[in-house]
Amino acid sequence: MATHRLSTPLGDEAIRQLHVGDEVLLSGTIYMARDAAHKRLVDLLREGRPLPVDLRGQTVFYGGPGPAKPGHAIGVVAPTSAYRMDPYATVLFDHGVKAAIGKGNRGPALQECCRRNCAVSFSAIGGISATLFSCIKSAAIVAYEDLKTEAIQRLEIEDFPLLVTNDAHGRDLYGEEVAKYRALLAAQG
Amino acid sequence: MQPRIPSPSASASRADEAASRHPMRQIHTDRIIDCIAALCIDACRKLPEDVIGAFHAARRTEVSPLGKSVLLKLIDNDRIARENDVSYCHDTGLTIVYVELGQDVHIVGGDYQAAVQAGVRKGYADGYLRKSVVGDPLLRVNTNDNTPAVIHTEIVPGSDMRITVLPKGGGSENWSTMKFLLPGEGAEGVKRFVLDAVTTAGGSACPPLTIGVGLGGSFDKVTEIAKKAILRDIGRYHELPHIARLEAELLEAVNRTGIGPQGYGGSSTALWVAVETYACHITALPVAVNIQCHASRRKSAVI
Repeated sequence: MATHRLSTPLGDEAIRQLHVGDEVLLSGTIYMARDAAHKRLVDLLREGRPLPVDLRGQTVFYGGPGPAKPGHAIGVVAPTSAYRMDPYATVLFDHGVKAAIGKGNRGPALQECCRRNCAVSFSAIGGISATLFSCIKSAAIVAYEDLKTEAIQRLEIEDFPLLVTNDAHGRDLYGEEVAKYRALLAAQG
Repeated sequence: MQPRIPSPSASASRADEAASRHPMRQIHTDRIIDCIAALCIDACRKLPEDVIGAFHAARRTEVSPLGKSVLLKLIDNDRIARENDVSYCHDTGLTIVYVELGQDVHIVGGDYQAAVQAGVRKGYADGYLRKSVVGDPLLRVNTNDNTPAVIHTEIVPGSDMRITVLPKGGGSENWSTMKFLLPGEGAEGVKRFVLDAVTTAGGSACPPLTIGVGLGGSFDKVTEIAKKAILRDIGRYHELPHIARLEAELLEAVNRTGIGPQGYGGSSTALWVAVETYACHITALPVAVNIQCHASRRKSAVI
């Protein structure tokens, strides 16, 4: 399992090199959007209308930060559960989003969608918000300010620690590793 | 013969006499507000010592290298949160407030329920804690102050007021579940139901988990005691031997699912399983599972 230091936007060539279990330190621009923003974005795409921000080729981070303390770029934040975004994420990946950052296992439709679109789904450790927010150097709301913590924000990140959990080759880390350890623990009696 | 009914004046004088022997202790709502605000901030910024101890213990036994590294990062995250006065996790939850109110307490200064809500409002504003509550489940507009909290008040003997704040994150709460088993399904049926809940949640509930199980009671009671179970200190078994045995068996079974820290695979899927019980109807074996993530935040104070 390799460690990669990558910058956004992520192209097909970089994404094809990534395999489940690889660690990635990601830098550059990403877009933070979660449940309520995803619903609005997908409603727009289904109506054939333009999105408030061009997400083609971009990385979407499923996050909703706490309020920023004075002197901080953003409040504490870590990814939210990725599975809740699955019904929207398949539409957004087909539209051109190349990568997502969430936590927890995702469904088969998303796995197939990553393979079809040469896209990747990363996980960051859920709940370590006090650690992860220091990797965010700046933040600006770019759409849906009324959604408060769920507004879409453009973030500049530096060495954000990620794990490849669904790669462009159709593999799923969660399914593979849990089955492996379940068998191992059963064998131990 | 007419029954002897005490005259109102005699009854009133006996009440006065009792009151003079046990004077009501006054607690002002301002004190309740400040206490709850401080508990919200403290709970969100510092994990309880027993939880940190359980992370260390899990690191020693975890079979997966990736799982071990996740556990170390959880320990680091608690230290970073304390050092920087920020919350451990951004999801500072729907706030559950438990109040054990001594029957000899007289609350003065205003409305009790409003004071509890004001305390939560103040804590979430002053502590830069995320406001994660929408006022209506279908209209979904954020209330912007994390109220209303869910309040459980119990009247108990004495003149103290014990307050516990449980900021409950959504990612784990969403995997909680309840079912009425057939009475004959017994402990084996309970185990199947708990294991099914944990494996369905997988990595999304942010393991290592604390699992609260309610057994018995009614539709409402069983979920109430399942949630109360996650307040119990890690390492403390139920006082009834057959329930303590069930807790140990459940923990072992959950930690053989292979889910591991964050669902990345491993042997530390849960830190603890606590079971609480209540009497129930002859037809029923209600069981509820309340799933708590690694951010098992809770804080109590006595006024």
